Amino acid sequence: MTDTWTVAGRTFTSRLIVGTGKYKDFEQNAAAVEASGAEIVTVAVRRVNVSDPNQPMLVDYIDPKKITYLPNTAGCFTAEEAIRTLRLAREAGGWDLVKLEVLGEAKTLYPDMRETLRATETLANEGFKPMVYCVDDPIAAKQLEEAGAVAIMPLGAPIGSGLGIQNLVTIRLIVEGANVPVLVDAGVGTASDAAVAMELGCDGVLMNTAIAEAKDPVMMARAMKLAVESGRLAYLSGRMAKRRYADPSSPLAGLI
Amino acid sequence: MSLDGTAGVTINGEHRRLPGGTSIAQMIAEVGLDPLRVAVERNLEIVPRSTFGEVIVEDGDSYEIVHFVGGG
Repeated sequence: MTDTWTVAGRTFTSRLIVGTGKYKDFEQNAAAVEASGAEIVTVAVRRVNVSDPNQPMLVDYIDPKKITYLPNTAGCFTAEEAIRTLRLAREAGGWDLVKLEVLGEAKTLYPDMRETLRATETLANEGFKPMVYCVDDPIAAKQLEEAGAVAIMPLGAPIGSGLGIQNLVTIRLIVEGANVPVLVDAGVGTASDAAVAMELGCDGVLMNTAIAEAKDPVMMARAMKLAVESGRLAYLSGRMAKRRYADPSSPLAGLI
Repeated sequence: MSLDGTAGVTINGEHRRLPGGTSIAQMIAEVGLDPLRVAVERNLEIVPRSTFGEVIVEDGDSYEIVHFVGGG
């Protein structure tokens, strides 16, 4: 059985999207991407260092022809900043599939949903395919979808916190209500968190810090790959019902 | 154009002086970058890569040259 997922007409096998920030160096980053099996990586758009243009570049280590670059708007606090960033990203790479995040404040990095919604509408009108980082709110998720989001990406917990998925109910409600892929974006700390997201029926998981800040990022990348696959299989297989009390696994008949 | 025929421009916040008639493509080469790996914004407007060879920098222009870096 091939189990794929499709976003904005592009089909992928891996359900794990990984970030490319916070790594020790590009070599470790590339090795972690390889171990994760990810087919999409998020990247940021920043000024070139014009004083030292010969510094190594991400594209020298992670080939955009093999791995889909998903440009993000990390660090943007208004719709205008985010739109400006993604217009530049489209020109730099030629991609219309982008990750929109418009932040509300530095302390929590919670999304500003009013600005996020506004940016989603503008980007969709300009032909972008925005995958949108958002609060874990089923109503906001619907509004984003109506505005043109090609994927809904609710946080499981604050960005970089590693606290795991805090509200299983809202993530499940978003999954049930969505007509576009849902990916948990942010909050995953370890493999079981990724499995939980997938068991809730999410189409994928996006993470950066959980891998990059592990003591052995490459090993954690593999753990995440396996966790996402395990969680997906568990979801598809249909878990047993929960019981309040015990139910013996061995037959009672024929007891001596 | 300034009196001496050169163009004073700002690139990523740094001031540079370029010869008159310099194209965006020449400016990128002057900085030492690969035009296929960057995007250029001129006075807040995107410059399509296909026009890098034609657009001439003007005195007072402000440029942002960006590329992809690691991020989550």
